Amino acid sequence: MAWETVIGLEVHVQLLTKSKIFSGASIRYGAEPNTQACIIDLAMPGVLPVMNKEAARMAVKFGLAVGAEINHRSIFARKNYFYPDLPKGYQISQYELPIVGKGSLTIAVNDKEKVIGITRAHLEEDAGKSLHEDFHGMTGIDLNRAGTPLLEIVSEPDMRSAQEAVAYLKKLHELVRYLEICDGNMQEGSFRCDANVSVRPKGQKEFGTRAELKNINSFRFIEKAIEYEVERQIDVIESGGQVVQETRLYDSVKDVTRSMRSKEEANDYRYFPDPDLPPMELDQSFIEAVARSLPELPDAKRRRFINDYQLSDYDAGVLTASREMAQYFETVVSESGVEAKIAANWVAGELLAYLNKDAVDIKDSPVTAGMLSGLLKRIKDNTISGKIAKDVLDAMWKGEGDADVIIDKKGLKQITDSASIEPIIDEVLANSPSQVAQYKAGQEKLFGYFVGQVMKASKGKANPAQVNQILKKKLGA
Amino acid sequence: MFHKKTIAELSGDLAKKTCSSVELTAGFLDRIEQHKDLNAYITVDRDQALTQAREADVMIQHGKATALTGIPIAQKDIFCTQGMLTTCGSKILSNFISPYDATLIARLKQAGAVVLGKTNMDEFAMGSSNETSFYGPVKNPWDTSRVPGGSSGGSAAATAARLAPAATGTDTGGSIRQPAAFCGITGLKPSYGRVSRFGMIAFASSLDQAGPMTQSAKDAAILLNAMAGFDDKDSTSSGIAVPDFTETLNHDLQGLRIGLPEEFFGEGLNSEVASVVEEAIGEYKKLGAEIVKVSLPNSHLAVPCYYVLAPAEASSNLSRYDGVRYGLRAQEYGDLIDMYQKTRAQGFGDEVKRRIMIGTYALSAGYYDAYYLKAQQLRRLIAEDFNQVFEQCDVLMGPTSPTTAFKLGDKTDDPVAMYLNDIYTISVNLAGLPGISVPAGFDSQGLPVGLQIIGKYFDEARLLNVAHRYQMVTDWHRRMPKEYA
Repeated sequence: MAWETVIGLEVHVQLLTKSKIFSGASIRYGAEPNTQACIIDLAMPGVLPVMNKEAARMAVKFGLAVGAEINHRSIFARKNYFYPDLPKGYQISQYELPIVGKGSLTIAVNDKEKVIGITRAHLEEDAGKSLHEDFHGMTGIDLNRAGTPLLEIVSEPDMRSAQEAVAYLKKLHELVRYLEICDGNMQEGSFRCDANVSVRPKGQKEFGTRAELKNINSFRFIEKAIEYEVERQIDVIESGGQVVQETRLYDSVKDVTRSMRSKEEANDYRYFPDPDLPPMELDQSFIEAVARSLPELPDAKRRRFINDYQLSDYDAGVLTASREMAQYFETVVSESGVEAKIAANWVAGELLAYLNKDAVDIKDSPVTAGMLSGLLKRIKDNTISGKIAKDVLDAMWKGEGDADVIIDKKGLKQITDSASIEPIIDEVLANSPSQVAQYKAGQEKLFGYFVGQVMKASKGKANPAQVNQILKKKLGA
Repeated sequence: MFHKKTIAELSGDLAKKTCSSVELTAGFLDRIEQHKDLNAYITVDRDQALTQAREADVMIQHGKATALTGIPIAQKDIFCTQGMLTTCGSKILSNFISPYDATLIARLKQAGAVVLGKTNMDEFAMGSSNETSFYGPVKNPWDTSRVPGGSSGGSAAATAARLAPAATGTDTGGSIRQPAAFCGITGLKPSYGRVSRFGMIAFASSLDQAGPMTQSAKDAAILLNAMAGFDDKDSTSSGIAVPDFTETLNHDLQGLRIGLPEEFFGEGLNSEVASVVEEAIGEYKKLGAEIVKVSLPNSHLAVPCYYVLAPAEASSNLSRYDGVRYGLRAQEYGDLIDMYQKTRAQGFGDEVKRRIMIGTYALSAGYYDAYYLKAQQLRRLIAEDFNQVFEQCDVLMGPTSPTTAFKLGDKTDDPVAMYLNDIYTISVNLAGLPGISVPAGFDSQGLPVGLQIIGKYFDEARLLNVAHRYQMVTDWHRRMPKEYA
C-alpha cells in the first residue's frame, strides 16, 4: 500500500530580549547555576509577574513577517503541572487567545514551492533545568533558564515529507535570525523543535494517529527522526497493529525514537487565565511601529538579488541565507565596483569555502567586506590576476594584512608592460621548437600550452590578456 | 494610657514629643507579652521593632515625620517581611524567612511606621474564624470563648485589645470586614487594584486585596494614604490617582443616597444584628441621608460563585509550596512524587487541602466549562447588579455578617455554615468594589456588630467620609473590651 506522511511542527524560539519575560533577571546563557534567578523566577511566596513588552514586540514582528493576524488582545494562561524545575507549579503561557494568529511560510523543495500554514504563535516562559549528574543520586535544579521568553510557533499539519519539514524549519530559522528576534543557536536550545508525525493510506482524508517527537536539536536529526518514525508507524500498521498517541524521544546515537509517555499518562494541565496578568492589549499604533521596523525579508531580498544583480537562483539563495551574508555581499559590490556576478563568485564561492572549512560565521570573518573589496579592486585594475588573487585571499584569511600589503610584500604585482613580457615569451618559444612547429602545422589548441608555459615562467604575474595578444602576434608571424 | 489612643492621637503626641516611638513601641510590646493568651501574634521581634522605633525617633527629631512615623503597626503574617518569619499561618511556611519586603511593608516602612509584629491568621487566609491557623486559633477579646473572625483574626483581635494601635489585613471574601465586625473595629477593603499585591502571599489573586484595620475611619484614611497607589511590580494594581483620604473625611452627608439591598436583610440575618444595623441607618437619616430600597438579584449566587473561583485560583497559587526551594519538606520520602505528596500532606491543613481539591476539580478537563467558566459568567452578573444599583444611590449599607462572633469550635465541622458567614461580604470582592465595616453597636451578649458600607469603584474617600461622620456622632468605635482597657 502507498502511504502518505503528515507532519506538523511546533517550534520553540527563544527570544533575544535582555531580560526574562516576567522578571528583570538576565537571560544570558552559560552563567553559574541559579545566579540569574531573582525572587520572581524562584517563585517566592507573594511575587508577581510583569510582562516584558520587548517580548511582545518581537512576537508581533514575527507575526507580521509571516503575514499573520495580530491579536490586539491576547491572554496569558497558567498551565499547571508539578516538576522541580517549574518553580511556580505552573507555566505562564497563552492558550485560548495567542498574540499571533494564522499566517504562512512558503518553502521550496526540489524547485517546487509550497505554502505551509502557521496556526498560531504564542508567548510563554521557559522552565529551568534539572541536572541529574554530579549530585550523588540527587537532582540539582538550575533556574537560570526559568522565565526565559519563548515564542512557540505551531504549524498546520501541511508537510508531507521529512524534506519538507526540514525546509520549513530552515526557512523559519533563517527568518527569526533575519528579524533579530532569536540567535538561532540550536546547540544552546535557542531554537527547538517538536514534530507531530502520522501516516495514512494515500488518498485517505482523515489523519492517522500521531506521535509527538520531542526536542530535536538539529536539522539532520529532525530529518532522521521523522524518517525513522514514519517507517516505524508503517511497520506497526502493516503488521496489523495500531499506532498509539504518545510522546516519543529521538535517540540520535541509536537513530531510533522511543516512547516517553502515552496519552493516558498525559497531564491534565488545568489551563485557566492567569489572574496576575491582565489581558495584553496592543494598540494599532504599536503594531504599525513594529511593521515599520521590519527589515527586508529573505524572500524579498532573494528576488531583488536575482533581478537587480542578475544572480542565479542558487547564488541569490546562498547570499541571502543570512542578513549578515547579504550585507557583506552588497558592501563588496558597492565598494569594489566589480560586476555583481564577480562579487557573487568571490563571496559565495571562495570566501564561503574558507568560512565553511574553519566553521567561522560570516560576521566573524577575518576577511572583512572592506578587505575583500580591496582585493577585487586590484583584479579590476589589472594589478593582479584572478589566479593570484586567490593566493592573496589565502594570505588575508591567515591574517597577513590587506590585499595591497600582501601584493606588495610578496611582489605579486602583475607584469603589464610588453617589454618585460616579450623576453619571457621569446624564451618559451625558443625552448619549445617542436610544439611551435606543430602549432604552425595547424594544431591550434597548443596555444593554451604556450600561455601556460609563459604564466608559469612569470610565476603567474604576467597579464594574461597581454600574453595572449603578444603570443598570437609572434606565432602568427 | 497610650494604648487607648488612635493613630491620629499618637501621631500628635509624637510630634509634640510627649512620648517617643521607642516608648510607644516598647509599651505595645509589653502589652502583647501580657496578653499572649489571645494568640493574636505569630511573630514578635522586639529588637527589630525597637530598632525601627529608634530610627523613627530620629526622623521625628529631624522634622521629617509623616502621620505614620514612629507608629507601631501589626502586620498580618501574609505580608512578606524581609529577614523575618513569614508563615501565612501555615506549617508549610513555618520556617520561611522572607528575603524581601512586600510593597505594602516597604511603603509603610518608608513612611516611618514600625513593624510591631506579625499577626495570626487563617492558614493562607482560608477561613472565617481564625481556627485554620497552624499556630492555633485567636481568641476574641470581647469574649475569649469566641472566635475573632477571619482570616485577619489576629489583626482584628490585636487592634480591639489594643495590642497595636492599628493593623493591616487582607480581604478575599470578607477577611478584613468580618473580623473587624466581630472585634468591634473599623476595617476597610479597598477596591481591587488600589493596594499593591506584590509580596502579599496569594490566596485568590483576582479577589485578594489589602487594607487597614483600625480604631477609626480617620486612622483607616491615614493608613490607606501610605498603602495605596500604583506599583509597577503588580500588573493588576491601578494607575488611578490616589487622593488624600483624610481631606474629605468631614464632608457633609446631606443628601447622601444610601441604598439598602433587600437581599442583605432577608432570611438568615440575626434579628439583633438587624436592629443594630437599622439603628445605625436611623443615625444616617439624622445626618441628612436619604434611603433608597434597592435589589441585587444575583447576590444569592455570590457564595457558590466564590467557592468555585477562589479555590480554583488557590489550587494553582499554592502549587509552589512543593518542598523543593523553601519551606517545609517532609523528613522522609521515597521518590519525587512521594516527596511532593508527603510534604503537602504534612504541610497543609484540612481547609487548605479541601480548597485545593475543590479548585483542582473545578479546573479539570471536562468540568472547566460547567464550573470555572460558569462562575466567571456569574461573577459578571453580580458585578453588573452593583453597577445598576449605583445609578440610584451613592453607597450601599447592610450588616457585615449575619451574626455576631460565634463560639470557638462551633462551625469547624460544617464548612458550608462557615462559608455562609461571608454571605454579605463576598459579592463585594467578586465585583472588586470597596467596602468598610464600622462598629455600630452590640447585641444582648455584649458582642460587637458591624455595619457594612459598600462604595463605587475607587470611591474609598466617600466610604471613609461616610464612616467618619457616623463616628463623630457615635462612640461605638471607642468602646473597648473591659479586660483589655
